[in-house]
Amino acid sequence: MTEPAGGTPAFHPTPADDSAPGRSPASADGPVAPNGPVPAASVPGRSHVADPMGAAGRVSWLSDYGVYLALGVLLSFNLVFTPNFATVANLRLQLVQVAPVAIVALGMALVIGTGGIDLSVGSTMAIAAALLPLYLGYGPWPAITVAVLAGAAVGLVNGGLVAYGIQPIVATLGLLVAGRGAALVLADGRLVEIFDPTLAAIGGGQVLEIPLPVLTALTVAVAAGFVLRRAAFGRKLLAVGGNRPAALLAGLPVRRTLITVYVISGVLAAMAGVLTTGRQSASDPSFTGLLIELSAITAVVVGGTPLAGGRVRILGTLMGALLMQLIIATVIQHDLHDSTARMIQAAIIVTAVYAQRNRNGT
Amino acid sequence: MTTGQAERAAPLSPATGTGRTRLAALAQRHGAALVLVLVVLLGSLTFGSSFTGAGNLGAIALDASYLLLVATGMTFVILSGGIDLSVGSVLALSGVLAAYGSRWGTAGAVLLPLAVCGLIGLVNGLLIGRARLAPFVVTLATLLFARGLAFAVTQEGNQVYIIPADLALTRIGQANVLGVGVPVLIALAVFVAAGVVLNRTRFGLRVFAAGNGDGHAAELMGLPVARIRVRVYVLSSLLAGLAGVLIAAQTTSGLPTLGEGRELEAIAAVVIGGTLLTGGAGSLGGTLAGVLLLKVIQNLINQVGTLSSAYQQVVSGTFLVLVVLVQATLARRRRQ
Repeated sequence: MTEPAGGTPAFHPTPADDSAPGRSPASADGPVAPNGPVPAASVPGRSHVADPMGAAGRVSWLSDYGVYLALGVLLSFNLVFTPNFATVANLRLQLVQVAPVAIVALGMALVIGTGGIDLSVGSTMAIAAALLPLYLGYGPWPAITVAVLAGAAVGLVNGGLVAYGIQPIVATLGLLVAGRGAALVLADGRLVEIFDPTLAAIGGGQVLEIPLPVLTALTVAVAAGFVLRRAAFGRKLLAVGGNRPAALLAGLPVRRTLITVYVISGVLAAMAGVLTTGRQSASDPSFTGLLIELSAITAVVVGGTPLAGGRVRILGTLMGALLMQLIIATVIQHDLHDSTARMIQAAIIVTAVYAQRNRNGT
Repeated sequence: MTTGQAERAAPLSPATGTGRTRLAALAQRHGAALVLVLVVLLGSLTFGSSFTGAGNLGAIALDASYLLLVATGMTFVILSGGIDLSVGSVLALSGVLAAYGSRWGTAGAVLLPLAVCGLIGLVNGLLIGRARLAPFVVTLATLLFARGLAFAVTQEGNQVYIIPADLALTRIGQANVLGVGVPVLIALAVFVAAGVVLNRTRFGLRVFAAGNGDGHAAELMGLPVARIRVRVYVLSSLLAGLAGVLIAAQTTSGLPTLGEGRELEAIAAVVIGGTLLTGGAGSLGGTLAGVLLLKVIQNLINQVGTLSSAYQQVVSGTFLVLVVLVQATLARRRRQ
């Protein structure tokens, strides 16, 4: 929503986008300038940062590495001032707690990479959680498959709506509301205790001393990183997010890419729902994944991924999720309140986007 | 949040185009009102006096009035091309501060929350308008901040402040005039005033201009786009704050958990009312219809005794998706 401060005369002087030149079926949307000749993702807040691709000089160092810096500072603080912080048990606990958020945030990062947003992830987690006890009778793996397929279905609806031209916020908002309701209807609004060794292992087991949820999150991160850097799909994803009209003109399958990205996000959210359910040994459709969309978006943004799309930082997203988790842990271990943690998180979010602002015309 | 292509249609003016296109524009403008009439007719036919009774309608009106206040501010924000996620938290914070401030009488119970909410709106507006940060992220941060502050004031929700029953605020908040609750009247008055501001003043026109095409044109024409944005976010926070004060007066206390998800409900109402999330086009009348529609649907599902309240969410969410689908299709038709 940011626009040039002036000094970009290339912009169209008429308010109506309909008259933009070279109008194609999907033109004039996205973070990109509504008219053709301006290159992607280079609608800077200040006209002197004209070339983000050159990355020379003006690019804020803080927006790229700020999250690592903040994490380092917080870790050092804890190492010095927090008793029993540097214990294996505590580190393991923090990592296990952050794993579901990290998995959801990775899917969110991909969606945001296309210039979209997925508000429905929390409700998708709840749907997955609600489905598990219903299908456990067929064994744990069929139940998990059903849950993950449901996540894919939610993603399919989201992606379909977005590909049809509905703004991602509204499309996924509909499923946020309807999805939570559907989860409650499925589970009859009740919390169901689950005693299943497979699910318990998925939520709390360990391989080589590493908790399985953490391992899952790391696997997802590596896969996401691979897809982004090495697979054609990742290129398409970033192209769609960077400059959708150009991607369309270049003959990229824009709609299919969008749909796939939302399906991935839905599947990952469902996986997070399965993990959470396994760890709690209970299916809780009212609270599973509640407000996790906010934590996930926060992790992505703090990690340096611009909301405008076209760029995704996988490691940054993981670190962003970890940072937010550590803030809560630190505050609690120092006998401060949860409310303090929220206010600190708010300050960090604003700092993160402020650091990014010269580069991204979000 | 500038994505979405179908909504980038020409400004909604029924005067453009002819025949079917004009009909489509009309449907997009007044669709919510039309559906509202149908739903109300259906409701009164199905449930009779348990729906149309004065008690039930009064309850709907009261419930809708708080949402209407929030959605009115949200309409301004969305018309200007932004979004305000913080309103639900601001509403909760306002209720808590109203209860806290009631120790200094009605003036404290009203002025303290409104001052703080105005300040939060100012921060939103400055960060979005002047510093040009993304509205979605900025208001996400203030969402966390306001909720955190609400919990901090109430000692993590352990301390409940009660508004004395003999306070003028409580009596006004719970009073009825001709069978209509005072909060309803206040919300309607604010709504009418907002309508005048939006449609009859220079500021209102500028709000539309700021939201059209991300405000490039408005800026090139020399309009103070940044200042318009600041005002719009202050207005949104103030109205959410007012809703919080009124809820506190109604319930004689302030809960920090209040209003969770209210921002999404308000956005849904605005969108259902035909206002485009891309900014620049829409109407307050549509928002009123959207608010009433959501509340009537919720009420009707409550009337069906066998359905759990979870169905409200299912229906509201599905309804939202259907409405935007129809809007997108209509917008497409009109462009062709």
